[in-house]
Amino acid sequence: MAHVTIDRVSKDYQAGVRAVDSVSIDIADSEFIVLVGPSGCGKSTLLRMVAGLETITEGEIGIGGRVINHVDPADRDIAMVFQNYALYPHMTVRNNMAYGLKNRGMNRADIEKRVAEAAAILRLQDYLERRPRQLSGGQRQRVAMGRAIVREPAAFLFDEPLSNLDAKLRVDMRGEIKQLQKRLGTTSIYVTHDQLEAMTMADRIVVLNGGRIEQIGTPLDVYRQPQSAFVASFIGSPAMNLITARGESGNLVIGDQTVVMDGAMTVPDGPVTLGVRAEDMKPADHGATAHLELAIDYVEELGAGRLVHGHVGDARLALSTPSGEPLSDLLPIVFDRQRLHLFDTATGRRL
Amino acid sequence: MKRTQFSSPVLPYLFLLPQMTVVFIFFYWPSVQAIQSSFYLEDPFGFGSTFVGLSNYTDALGSGEYLKIAWFTAVFTIVVTFLSLSIGLLLAAKADGVIRGSSSYKTLLICVYAIAPPVAGLIGMMFFDQHIGPFVKLAAWAGWDMKVGINYYDTAFAMIVVSVWKQIPYNFIFFLSGLQGVPVSIREAAAIDCRSPARRFRTVMLPLLAPTAFFLLVINMTYSLFDTFGIIDVIVKDKAANNPITLVYKVYMDGFRGNDIGGSSAQSVILMIVVFVLTVFQFRFIERRVHYN
Repeated sequence: MAHVTIDRVSKDYQAGVRAVDSVSIDIADSEFIVLVGPSGCGKSTLLRMVAGLETITEGEIGIGGRVINHVDPADRDIAMVFQNYALYPHMTVRNNMAYGLKNRGMNRADIEKRVAEAAAILRLQDYLERRPRQLSGGQRQRVAMGRAIVREPAAFLFDEPLSNLDAKLRVDMRGEIKQLQKRLGTTSIYVTHDQLEAMTMADRIVVLNGGRIEQIGTPLDVYRQPQSAFVASFIGSPAMNLITARGESGNLVIGDQTVVMDGAMTVPDGPVTLGVRAEDMKPADHGATAHLELAIDYVEELGAGRLVHGHVGDARLALSTPSGEPLSDLLPIVFDRQRLHLFDTATGRRL
Repeated sequence: MKRTQFSSPVLPYLFLLPQMTVVFIFFYWPSVQAIQSSFYLEDPFGFGSTFVGLSNYTDALGSGEYLKIAWFTAVFTIVVTFLSLSIGLLLAAKADGVIRGSSSYKTLLICVYAIAPPVAGLIGMMFFDQHIGPFVKLAAWAGWDMKVGINYYDTAFAMIVVSVWKQIPYNFIFFLSGLQGVPVSIREAAAIDCRSPARRFRTVMLPLLAPTAFFLLVINMTYSLFDTFGIIDVIVKDKAANNPITLVYKVYMDGFRGNDIGGSSAQSVILMIVVFVLTVFQFRFIERRVHYN
């Protein structure tokens, strides 16, 4: 168990392609950090640099206070879970888990004990003599976890470990990994492109885009206070509505309609990108003043509620409402004006 | 595959016919002929043949010369197979680790394979030539008076060197593609699990190469037994005399130079049986220990 420091780390591939650009993250002991972003954002590269599978172009990475830039992957005291599990096909489940320990010269009795413990935690006792190809996807995933657990490393590194599983299993394993990590208290870095995994598992989320950090924060921070339009669009499902609006004497003009702000937040004059989550709007009660009238395009029934898609001028909006009576074509809506997000149209930064 | 894909039930057999014809004419028919004539004493000038039962076999197996050649063939096969497999694997493992300029290394190592066996034999012989051969000069420096074609062991040495040299590129290609077929993530997992590259190679890469190695083992044994004919022919130049030869070459010598068709046929039948037993053994006992994914 250890803290992990990533200090202004960059990665250049040949031809001057910068995959990771001066990224700094301080990861506390026992923390579960999720690196999330679209493909090509550098999240896997960063993880692989921590693992020692990629060289570090610039900056320093430390594990437990020791700089590990030039330390062999086997000596970094980390264990990694790969996307395709990377189990040794010619070894039994038992040997897959024991392999790393044997190579470190641990005695047979201790290896047996650790493998037995891990197998019990992961419910793999009945499969110890099987080979990977005789296991289901979920079982293979658990063997990969077991291989990491038995090592009792300073840090776990997860590289999209759930993306090869079907949706149902993914949800189950999500919970299992999270619980396991809490129980073992091992510092973990988890890479995913799935914002839902990031939200549900992370102590803190690091949102990456184009090799740079967009935002670091707790899931709620990132959800409630996205620091850029990119984070706003990436985190949360359904994705936050991002529409072009204009500030005019403290109010917001959307299309040909004006949302009166009554000073709920300061709106600069000129064009802005307005972000509003689907749940931060609702149909106006009878008799109440509506902020906006939404022309409804179509409605998605989700069972627990429904998602109403509509438009104001050119701007498309989706809001979630409880299921109920049919809606008219023109829906008067009110915003939760405290929860609107304004971003600079040019830089995408939060205003 | 659906039956209805062919309009006539005869059509698929027609497609198979050329292949079957080739197999029949060049394999089954000669085999049957060989088995048949191995029981006869054939007149060298074709004036008839006499049934002699098993005496062609007992003659061959009872002859000290034949047994000596059989012994040499066994040693030759084992040494050539072992050396060409291990050197091929070593080169493949090294080439696999090279990142910059890897394709030129690979091309250089593979191109030897394009040389035909007799040409390889010729080139090899030049290296061992009594007057201009660099290997002979090199050996002379080390105090070894190498006389290929005269000294039994020197000739055997040259045969083995040339045969191994010829077969390495083939093994190299297969081992290299086998190594590159191992998923990158498995290598990376091993790099995290095991510090020593040599140990990693032995415990992870080698077992995953086992199917390739098994295939090559079969191929290399047949190569050493049969396909080295051209090399041996160039080295002993049709006049085996006191030089070492393999069983296949003995079959040729007795049949075509000695005109002893019956004895030669008996020897080929013995060879067929040996290869059959070897193949069965390899598939029954070795393949079982190989992990196919």
